[in-house]
Amino acid sequence: MMTGKVDAVLVDNLRSRVTDAFAPILDALSRPAATAARAVESVVEIRNVFEENQRLRSENARLLQWKQAALRMEAENASLRTLLNFAPEPAASFITARVIAAPGGSFFRTLVVTAGRRDGVRKGQAAITGPGMVGRVVEVGEWSSRVLLITDINSRIPVTLESSRLRAVLVGDNTDQPRLMYLPPEAPVAAGERVVTSGHGGLFPPGIPIGIIASVGDRGVKVTPIADLSRVEHLRLVEFGTPPAGEGTGDGTQSADAWK
Amino acid sequence: MTLTLWQRLDRAGRNLAPFAVTVMLVLVAMVPLHIPAYTQVAPALTLMSVYYWVIHRPDLLRPLAVFAIGLLEDLLSGAPLGMNALVLVAAYWVVLSQRRFFLASTFALLWFGFVMIALGAALLQWAALSAYYATVLPMDAGFHQALLTIVLFPLFAWLFIRIHRAFLQP
Repeated sequence: MMTGKVDAVLVDNLRSRVTDAFAPILDALSRPAATAARAVESVVEIRNVFEENQRLRSENARLLQWKQAALRMEAENASLRTLLNFAPEPAASFITARVIAAPGGSFFRTLVVTAGRRDGVRKGQAAITGPGMVGRVVEVGEWSSRVLLITDINSRIPVTLESSRLRAVLVGDNTDQPRLMYLPPEAPVAAGERVVTSGHGGLFPPGIPIGIIASVGDRGVKVTPIADLSRVEHLRLVEFGTPPAGEGTGDGTQSADAWK
Repeated sequence: MTLTLWQRLDRAGRNLAPFAVTVMLVLVAMVPLHIPAYTQVAPALTLMSVYYWVIHRPDLLRPLAVFAIGLLEDLLSGAPLGMNALVLVAAYWVVLSQRRFFLASTFALLWFGFVMIALGAALLQWAALSAYYATVLPMDAGFHQALLTIVLFPLFAWLFIRIHRAFLQP
């Protein structure tokens, strides 16, 4: 254990090599489990298909209204930016990867995914699923890499509260709900507010949703992650703002604004 | 009695069974099962395997092999290097020193012994990690994990007994 603290680089290298070596086996093992999980899920989905349809219809109606609002604001934003000589944010691109291992254990929250250096993965990239952020890349091998989940005790993510714009750091503590730290004292924080990445430090694009404040109490402010961390099957790793990024990275280039 | 090359190879292959089963379980334990809240309490499969084989065939699962298996688990799971190795080797020595007691007894006693080992391992892991992170970690997740490991032990013990009979009986 001490070696890991003394010579971190060596241990990291060894770790990514061993993970690389075992990635094909883990990949093969994870496929039947994923298929079984999908089969169970589809049975459940078929049973609920009618209610789901109803729900989606009403949600679609609501989203169309939001879309109108968003388009109007986008136009307004664009015109205001031309007035202000605003430097645009670099565009983000995505690498999609499959989760092949979720090491069990009560004290660690990591995932191993099937994308590595040759796919353009780099240390520090944010890992997101459909609804929100799940973690960041901590270790990169040739064709596999490790993602540290936001609930792990080593995880620290700079965040902003969406409506009050207060800054804080989201700190994992191995429970299902990470805590917010370094909030200003007596900050007006209420349960139900959304927490998004702040983009400070330049690693993550700003505005990726992470969680919703669950409770404010003596033991700190607890945040429920938006993404279901125990059922992640595919992840997108966000390439953001690092120098050579941009046009050359392939097809997945999208605007980071999609997350707002 | 002289053995031919093939017989010796066969013998060597069979003797690898405990080690191979344990390594296989390291990998199986990493499979994402997509069950909510499962990974936090995923049972310690390698601990079961080490426990069973140390009692029945300690000659085929040496401390060095157990240490290597622990290291492999650490490297793959992202745990601090040596954490699982420490827990497994500690469990190995404790079980080995009490081996006579376990070997002569019934399955119920075998299971009871495992309860002790699993709880002890959870406690050791918690203490080691608390020291490593220099903070007092919550204990409940480790405790739940130990409970699930204990509950699932008979199932895996049955598997080990089948493997034991299939490969290692004369």
